[in-house]
Amino acid sequence: MSYKRKDRALDEPRAIEAKVGVIKRADGSAMFKIGKTTAYAAVYGPRNIYPRFLADPTKGILRASYAMMPFAGVGERVRPGPNRRSREIALVTEQALLPVLDLSEFPNSVIDVIVELPQTDAGTRCAGICAAAMALADAGLTMKDLVAAVAVGCIDGTPIVDLSKEEEDYEGEVADIPIAVLPRSGKISLLQLDGEIDKENLMKAIEMGKKVCRKIYQIQKAALKKKYEVTK
Amino acid sequence: MGKLLVKEKEVVVPGEDLAEGMDLLPGEGCYRDENKIVAARLGLVKVGGRLIKLIPLSGKYLPKKNDVIIGKITEITLMGWRVDTNSAYPAMLSLRDATSEYIAKGANLSQYYAIGDYIVAKITNVTSQNLVDLTTKGPGLHKLKGGRIISVQPTKVPRIIGKAGSMVNMIKKATNSKIIVGQNGLVWIQAEPKMELIAVEAIRMIEKYAHVEGLTDKVKEFLDKAIKGGR
Repeated sequence: MSYKRKDRALDEPRAIEAKVGVIKRADGSAMFKIGKTTAYAAVYGPRNIYPRFLADPTKGILRASYAMMPFAGVGERVRPGPNRRSREIALVTEQALLPVLDLSEFPNSVIDVIVELPQTDAGTRCAGICAAAMALADAGLTMKDLVAAVAVGCIDGTPIVDLSKEEEDYEGEVADIPIAVLPRSGKISLLQLDGEIDKENLMKAIEMGKKVCRKIYQIQKAALKKKYEVTK
Repeated sequence: MGKLLVKEKEVVVPGEDLAEGMDLLPGEGCYRDENKIVAARLGLVKVGGRLIKLIPLSGKYLPKKNDVIIGKITEITLMGWRVDTNSAYPAMLSLRDATSEYIAKGANLSQYYAIGDYIVAKITNVTSQNLVDLTTKGPGLHKLKGGRIISVQPTKVPRIIGKAGSMVNMIKKATNSKIIVGQNGLVWIQAEPKMELIAVEAIRMIEKYAHVEGLTDKVKEFLDKAIKGGR
């Protein structure tokens, strides 16, 4: 009955890679790769906001955008342009990042976070959030903490971490739960659930996810430090 | 007694613990979480007595009162000029702060500053909404003619200027050029074409190695070599 993985342990994420400063013209940028899912994030701003009526005179606003590239790898061409799914993911990305950001210094301005995925294999919103958090830090913004995110889930009653596309499409009972964690406090800033899961397994899965997020945080930290290490 | 958890001059990321103990104080770019001092941005750790602060390594310019900046005229209005400050906030240069000359009613304002002109101006006021006022009345404040403007990271500006202007004066002397460094990250350089290029390269070098020790010597070495090689 219980689900088994061939290539890795149930609480083990796929191979992770991170790099900061990949887009030279942006104010901050980062790449985050988990397994075959690759996310690039660029941050522009704080800058003037247009259209003007979006401006908030008390604080700056965060505006995220999310897009999969047409060849990103679902098998058929991803149609470019916003759609219902990308609008939703842009929204949850904003909300996952906002708790760490202090935008009170920048009234009437906007910080644009642009996430693009050249290759996808499930867990895209989490990879996007990880990349965006690094890019925001790279842009020199005031942040309480970074944000690390990973998808957890449950297959046939077995909690697992970091589902691949193959596992998401597994024939049986699958729950897909992307979570974002603020590593310092352990607070959760994103929690979505697709599928069915019982309370016990949900708690177990989240605990596993938090552990992985701490690991991701170390990788993010190392990538950020690498860019700014003094070049002798 | 408080304990430092990182080394001085180490690069830290947001959320990283810097120190422990209530007798230490969080400075710029840090905050306190219970008995710990935590980084609130990416930066370089600097400890001064009991105060721990971060020197920013990246970030856009935020207008500050009394900064001398290089701005670009973007618009002429009834009250004066609107100036791009290389930040999220445009500035206003009002008629009476622009020149001590008498400006007649209905005069063509572009004879003073036209759209696209670059000016050296001083920030006289910044409101809580980050509305910025400028003045071009004062020593060293004027319209820029000729030369070239390059943009550098605003966080590296103090390094380019150096202690009491030592670094920029060294470049000026070596390349026989005029250089104005705006706090907003725009730098104006005017010299002989060859020397201008050397000055640009020297500034780019400072920007790249801003936090390496012994930078002054390195830049000096570069300037000596480049000027000798160029002739």
